Amino acid sequence: MKRKTIGVRRNLADYDRWLALSVVALLAIGTLLVYAATRNWFASQGLDPQYYLKRHILNIIIGVLLSYGTTLIDYRLLRAYTPILWGLGVLSLIAVLVPGVGSTINGAKSWIAIPGGFQLQPAELAKISVIIGMSMLLAEGSDSRSDLDDRDVLRAIAIAAIPMLLIIMQPDLGEVLIISASVISMISVSGAKSRWVVGLLLLGVLGSFVAVKSGVIHEYQLKRLQSFVNPTADPQQSGYQLRQSRITIGSGGVLGKGLFNGPQTNGRFVPEQQTDFIFTVAGEELGFVGSGFILLCFGLFFFRAFMIARRTQDMFGRLVCIGVIAWFAFQTFENIGMAMGLMPMTGVPLPFLSYGGSSMFANLIGLGLLQNVHVRSR
Amino acid sequence: MNQRSRLNLIVFQVLVASLLLALLGRLFFLQIADGLRYQNAALSIQSRDIITPALRGAITDSSGLPLAMDRPGLEITVDRSAIDKMPDKGKAVLKSLAALMKISYSDLYNRTRLCGELPTNQKVGCWNGTRYQPIPVTKKATQQEALKILENANKYPGIDASSVPIRGYPSLAKENAAHVLGYVGTVTESDMANTSQNYFRNEIIGKSGLEYQYNQYLRGTPGVKTVIVDRKEAVTHQSQNTPSIPGNNLITNIDARLQAATEASLADAITRAHALGYKADSGAAIVMDVKNGHVLAIASYPTYDPNIWETGLTVAQAKDLFSESAGVPALSRPIQGMYAPASTFKSLSIIAAAKAGYNMNALYNCPASVQIGTQLFKNFETKSQGHINMENAIAVSCDTIWYQIAYDEWVRDGGLFPKSGLHDYFFKTAAGFGFGKATGIDLPGEATGRLPDRAWKEKWYKANKSFFCNFQKQARKSDLTPYLIAIAKENCVDGNIIRAGDAVNFSIGQGDTLVTPIQETAVYAAIANGGTLFKPEIARAVVSPSGKIIKTFKTVITGKTPATAKDIAFLHTALRAVATRGTAAAVFANYPITVAGKTGTAQVLGKNPDGSSKDDTSWFASFAPVENPRYAVVMMVSQGGFGASISAVGVKNIYSAIYGVVGQTIDPTQAIFPKGPPTKLPILDVKNAKLPKRAATPTASASASPKPSSKLSSVKQ
Repeated sequence: MKRKTIGVRRNLADYDRWLALSVVALLAIGTLLVYAATRNWFASQGLDPQYYLKRHILNIIIGVLLSYGTTLIDYRLLRAYTPILWGLGVLSLIAVLVPGVGSTINGAKSWIAIPGGFQLQPAELAKISVIIGMSMLLAEGSDSRSDLDDRDVLRAIAIAAIPMLLIIMQPDLGEVLIISASVISMISVSGAKSRWVVGLLLLGVLGSFVAVKSGVIHEYQLKRLQSFVNPTADPQQSGYQLRQSRITIGSGGVLGKGLFNGPQTNGRFVPEQQTDFIFTVAGEELGFVGSGFILLCFGLFFFRAFMIARRTQDMFGRLVCIGVIAWFAFQTFENIGMAMGLMPMTGVPLPFLSYGGSSMFANLIGLGLLQNVHVRSR
Repeated sequence: MNQRSRLNLIVFQVLVASLLLALLGRLFFLQIADGLRYQNAALSIQSRDIITPALRGAITDSSGLPLAMDRPGLEITVDRSAIDKMPDKGKAVLKSLAALMKISYSDLYNRTRLCGELPTNQKVGCWNGTRYQPIPVTKKATQQEALKILENANKYPGIDASSVPIRGYPSLAKENAAHVLGYVGTVTESDMANTSQNYFRNEIIGKSGLEYQYNQYLRGTPGVKTVIVDRKEAVTHQSQNTPSIPGNNLITNIDARLQAATEASLADAITRAHALGYKADSGAAIVMDVKNGHVLAIASYPTYDPNIWETGLTVAQAKDLFSESAGVPALSRPIQGMYAPASTFKSLSIIAAAKAGYNMNALYNCPASVQIGTQLFKNFETKSQGHINMENAIAVSCDTIWYQIAYDEWVRDGGLFPKSGLHDYFFKTAAGFGFGKATGIDLPGEATGRLPDRAWKEKWYKANKSFFCNFQKQARKSDLTPYLIAIAKENCVDGNIIRAGDAVNFSIGQGDTLVTPIQETAVYAAIANGGTLFKPEIARAVVSPSGKIIKTFKTVITGKTPATAKDIAFLHTALRAVATRGTAAAVFANYPITVAGKTGTAQVLGKNPDGSSKDDTSWFASFAPVENPRYAVVMMVSQGGFGASISAVGVKNIYSAIYGVVGQTIDPTQAIFPKGPPTKLPILDVKNAKLPKRAATPTASASASPKPSSKLSSVKQ
């Protein structure tokens, strides 16, 4: 038994197969969609039509290795590394803000260029350190006392607040919202008093209001929000994007236009289609059947993830699961909701489907954490 | 795990499940419930229609000679999607093209801009199509210009030259026919709004004349190529390609040679009037087949070159067409000009008098003048003719007989206090001959003329009463003469009453009566044929490019006149007497054709723009031969002076062309219609049609040439 819990080698049978299967399905569909979104566009520019496909597959390979690696170390031992992990996350977030290190894309300093033409988005990885850090503090509290102490909660919030403030400074509103969702979910499941949950929700609303008023939110972000309320307000940019996105999905109908056959996709009418608007490719080319299947895969993923969270006897493991689920759930809802005009435009990738290294790595590490908890709770 | 923790976990699970369900619901709404709307929206985003104009059908004369046809022109186009990609947005290319075309850069710049791209008041020459098809900047390029562009493709990137059909009026018989043919132009926004026609953007459509009237037959169906474009408007592929279908040809009743002869006769009449010192500002001449209402020739003066429309009108040309000083050449006098009929109306007065019971063979006094109330109505040139019968009254055009009869009939109808059961012989006869009503000729914009009967007078009074009653306040200072003030006072009190003067003036075609030359022609055609009013018809048939007859235009009877056979017979004799011993006798002395007609010299109130008083309107309305009438020929010259010396001579020249009169004899080899107007449809070969020799009948010459109709389509598009 002891060997098994801290053992280095793992059998495939040890993992939650349904959870893994749902992610494999999403990764496979995502790969096709990224290729569909970019092949025609790059070919028409005289570039390699498989450029994005190749890089996406590379990202998946690295991500799967990271995921596997995550499952190897017992998550309970992670507690020991948590301060280091958290410290690294905060440091990289500070580095992004240093001129010359961070690069600005879309008005936000969210990226660190690394050799080989790759770019790292520290906020994606910081999410993980916040989840683990908070889980540790909250679990310690609830393990030692039957009821969570206010001080435990405050400490946990502080752990989250520092990286979040740094992300706000980039600014990357989408990531802040997603981390907030994780924070509130973890606090509520940790058994903390209800006033904390209610208070944090109110704080979130108030915070967004102040952010808009005080100018922390950039003009382009405001425009995105305005164009959500009134899509014709800024027809050239964000309004255009939202309208095109909705038309592209809607025109897919029941069965879709067929993979690689979407005229809207092939005409590149939706900007940033391989990243934030990847779901529009599914909508147009795979139709209601294909897009619904993607939602089904997510449903299966969350169903199994919740099962792991319920089964584990360990509060730390459960909170890690809740943090990861909240992150994925809210990010999925925000991304697909935005593509369908249900949510304002914030620019977050769709987990497991969108093109993008950092987010792919973070997603697969998140999966690794869930599997890790699963393996150790059997 | 405490209770709250457990509960919150359940709440959280429900929340995540409902988020996913919300996404699924929204997906259903977008793709299934509202899917069709989004599919259409997507299609309109991606697809662009490129329109290839159809070859427009030809308009031919009754022998198959083309009066209007598409002919090959050279078009230079600018491809915006190519030049917009250049670093300078194509400025350099457009500059060198402007230099080649010898026009200014700003002109060319405007022609290559969509109308929406230019500021509101600087849209001259803008392109009202889309930017996805090459924009034509001229259709009249020379061979040299086109060759330079094609040979130096690298110097003129995005510029192309190709041959296109352009509308031409070949004038093979030297005819002008500008007003009857009309012209074509690009559809306007308001045309596009007419959903019944389903016009395509940039389609060339008829704007006036026959081109407008029969546009639906002539236009054909434009070809549509639909391409799918990407966000940068680059064409990704072609989704459908419907070739254009050429329009059908319209065969008219007009004979090009007779049209040319009619125009020449009218122009000659105007010249002669000028030589006699008359202003002669405009005129009309019409030839009609009295047996069916076919219009064989219809001329308007002044005219213009119909080809000026084809390349786009300059501002100066457009001004000229509508300028008063140039005589408003755009106005089609035969159907839009309205004039007092003067003595030509007396033919109708004869019928009115016959209805009223006057004996045509009795003698009537034709004094120099007649006193009606306080006013003295004079005979023309104040000459007494003594006691004469009605035939001679027509021949010498006595006025005073009609003053007396019209006055007596007016009194009989109650005078200033009209009785019930009015006879109104004069008004009713005029109405019976179609006065005050459009003839229905197949041309747009026909005027109705004016029949100043009791109903009209009532309407006129209602419209003007307040002006007359406030004359001293509202009239111009210069009009405040005691005479005009007295008239205004009278009109204010009972302007709705037909007065003795109105009735008297009406009987000799003066006063408020106005007719168009086409109405006058229809009236004299009806007198000629025994009393049938026909709809004047220019179109004869519509024939497809392959020679199939699509539609033939049937003769339409618009009314039977109130004239009895006896009245008609009497009129034939009387009107013939005009040409043998009456007012036109000098003109038709020893003329081999038995012309019957009536002169008219109408006095016109009012002033010319230069302040001079208006000269008389010269009329001659006629038909021939009197034994078995076939043609009605009417000429009118506004401010042309006497009816006989100006218009009757013009009419005689037209008859000479029809019958081939040389000197005092008929030479059938010189006749346009030796055996009457053609009865058979010609076989069309528009492209190779040649002017038939005078000797040959038009039908024979047209059928002599075989019908390779495929040649029509060889005009390059």
